[in-house]
Amino acid sequence: MDETVIIDSGGANLASLQYALERLGARSRVTSDVREIECAPRVILPGVGSAGDAMRRLQASGLATLLPRLAQPVLGICLGMQLLFAASEEGDTACLGVLPQSVRRLEARPGLPVPHMGWNSLELLKEDPLLDGIEPGDYFYFVHGYAAPVCDATLAAVEYGEKLSAVVRRGNFWGTQFHPERSGRTGARILANFLRLG
Amino acid sequence: MGDILELAARYRDEGADELVFYDITASPEGRSVDREWVRRVARVLDIPFCVAGGIRSVADAEEILNAGAEKVSVNSPALANPDLIDALAARFGAQCVVVGIDSLVTPQGYRVYQFTGDPNRSRDSGRDTLQWVREVQERGAGEIVLNCMASDGVRKGYDIAQLHEVRALCSVPLVASGGAGAIEHFRDVFRDADVDAALAASVFHTGAIAIGDLKRELRAAGIEVRP
Repeated sequence: MDETVIIDSGGANLASLQYALERLGARSRVTSDVREIECAPRVILPGVGSAGDAMRRLQASGLATLLPRLAQPVLGICLGMQLLFAASEEGDTACLGVLPQSVRRLEARPGLPVPHMGWNSLELLKEDPLLDGIEPGDYFYFVHGYAAPVCDATLAAVEYGEKLSAVVRRGNFWGTQFHPERSGRTGARILANFLRLG
Repeated sequence: MGDILELAARYRDEGADELVFYDITASPEGRSVDREWVRRVARVLDIPFCVAGGIRSVADAEEILNAGAEKVSVNSPALANPDLIDALAARFGAQCVVVGIDSLVTPQGYRVYQFTGDPNRSRDSGRDTLQWVREVQERGAGEIVLNCMASDGVRKGYDIAQLHEVRALCSVPLVASGGAGAIEHFRDVFRDADVDAALAASVFHTGAIAIGDLKRELRAAGIEVRP
């Protein structure tokens, strides 16, 4: 059954992601069941809320050990992308460790309010099937107070006072700091690209 | 409802960057915004969607977010119970929590008004706007929408002076509201009050300003906007 699994990490706000997949004609199921996730053709790790809260929930449901071992395409969105890293400054949380770097807190400065909230274009650094059809002037919707540095896994960067990771990939794990489900047609393109991966 | 869905789809297609739905009579009438309505709008929207109207508890907010909203905005309920802001931020993260402030210029300075959705119940909440802007940030607001009441509905431009003062105290995103009547009003508020976003209703509903034209002119004025 070709049903994308969305991991229920306890945050609210999964509906907008489901609606976005529905608009692409894709079926999805929200679950925290280990077996269902293992068998899914592809997995989305969303995330709204705090890193500490989300990791506690993933640990409680046994998913913290399962997720890094998955072999099918996995897409982390926003906090979900940050959880792919080794750790986050948000509550000094140990995360999933798919990527070795750490997620840092954004510092508010004049002209740079935090959370970073709004539409930004990307600097495309590496070609990848997830970014197929995405152009340098395309805008995406960001909402975050923490961010991952640019590293060798970075496919695209965003400028917010400094360069930050906007899209990352390591093997079968992808992550977007922005919300593709709320980024208009360009965001829908990213999700459609992801659906073709699995 | 049909009209609202049509409007939502129209704004989506015209390039609006975010849609905010205010059920402004919810608080004065002691109810909260209809979840089914939120669900239906969220289904058609592929841009950020913020919902306001009588959200008085974490449970209210959870239902609205589960129905497909990105953010909830609280105004009168936060004035009645400021701890609500802390509770919402702790549960959903600051990025989900918008505080709306209706502010009026008075001889005593900028004052926060409550229940402004009903002219018979609208009243001074007893709070100073600048003080409240500081407090809501400390409590975890992730965004502030400042509605300058004297400008609202007049279409003579945003209250640049007031927004500028609030900007100086506001390290979270600040959204200007109240007063948009012409394209240059948007240009002025971005340039002179350094706000992160500008909100308008009637000029878009009536078609007085087309979003495409607005964005083109803002870009021509050197203000970065999504095409």
